[in-house]
Amino acid sequence: MEFQKLFNLVVAASLINNFVFTQFLGLCIFFGVSKKMETAIGMSITFMAVMVISAAACWLVFNYGLVPLDITFLKIVVFIGVVAALVQVSDTIMRKISPDLYYKLGVYLALIATNCIIVAVPLTNAGAGYTFIESMFFGVGSGLGFGIALIIMASIREKLELADVPAPFRGMPLAFVTTGLIALAFTGFAGLITL
Amino acid sequence: MSATTMTNWQLIKNGIFAENTIFKLAISLCPSIAVTSGLKNGVLMGVAVLFVQTMVNITIALMRNVINSKIRIPVFMLVISGWVSVADMGMAAYARDVYRSMGLYIQLIVAFASILARAELFASKNKVTPSMFDGIGMGLGFLVALTIISFFRELIGKGSLWGVSLTGGVKPLLIMIMPTGGFFAVGILMAFFNWMEQRGGKAPAHH
Repeated sequence: MEFQKLFNLVVAASLINNFVFTQFLGLCIFFGVSKKMETAIGMSITFMAVMVISAAACWLVFNYGLVPLDITFLKIVVFIGVVAALVQVSDTIMRKISPDLYYKLGVYLALIATNCIIVAVPLTNAGAGYTFIESMFFGVGSGLGFGIALIIMASIREKLELADVPAPFRGMPLAFVTTGLIALAFTGFAGLITL
Repeated sequence: MSATTMTNWQLIKNGIFAENTIFKLAISLCPSIAVTSGLKNGVLMGVAVLFVQTMVNITIALMRNVINSKIRIPVFMLVISGWVSVADMGMAAYARDVYRSMGLYIQLIVAFASILARAELFASKNKVTPSMFDGIGMGLGFLVALTIISFFRELIGKGSLWGVSLTGGVKPLLIMIMPTGGFFAVGILMAFFNWMEQRGGKAPAHH
């Protein structure tokens, strides 16, 4: 029943339509924080939490605010506002409740506010007409996929630092070529599940 | 950065070469791969960004004296998302076939680090005219980068340019229009620009 559809949604969002490798979203952060394993893990956790919450909040705003008023054309403006506000709120709450966690993850929160994946999830939800539960599971799947991508990349890049590569390829160009190879591997997931 | 001393022409050149969004600053990378499997998509995306970047810079420069600096980031975001909505709806109305394949990426211009960065670093501190030229320069830099990437990807991956077949029966290298090929193309082009720069005797760019 319903449960299987939700499971499919998570698998599809995290592996088959992985945001980084097949839809190319969130690349700035992907290349920016994948240099070290520790930061990659911190970023993945923060990301997933924000993504699920913002997917839920945007769904509520979209379906109970924008649709009845017939102003869905404003969705870009509204979603970015909701996400930015959410990030600001969680930043403040985290600082008060758990300064320790804030010290570890706070720096990523600031980065998240202007990230394309975080905005892409509500936009996709609105476009595909998912229900509330489906939207949240889509958020979970997308966050999971981004986490997988970040952690794979970080573990490779820690090794790449030691490799002797031609000078023009050092840094970003090599990271791009590596990502290309991982993306090639991820095309193997295509057709795993048909939604 | 205080008010700029560069001439309009220097501002445009700065955006295309010294601070090229994709090849030099390596930000706003998502569309550089997502929409560059064909020259037409790449160029139209570049034009959309050029439009949004220029209009945002002009708007912010006009409003720079009334924006309270404490809430400037939300204000910038609102201005950006407003202009992105304009571009989005314009594309949806006048370029339907292209919009269908890359609508989401047009909407995501709103999350471009480069546009917010120019609003914050340049337009909020400069007069309207230099801000406009800065926007044109940065937008053109993006357009040029996307054009180069999509030129090579469509030529090698589909054997055509702007949808016109050129190879005459020779099988194209399909991998170049796949996701993988996009990453390869950007990586190799970046390496190429680094190599040019290093040959010119400058320090290598590290990211």
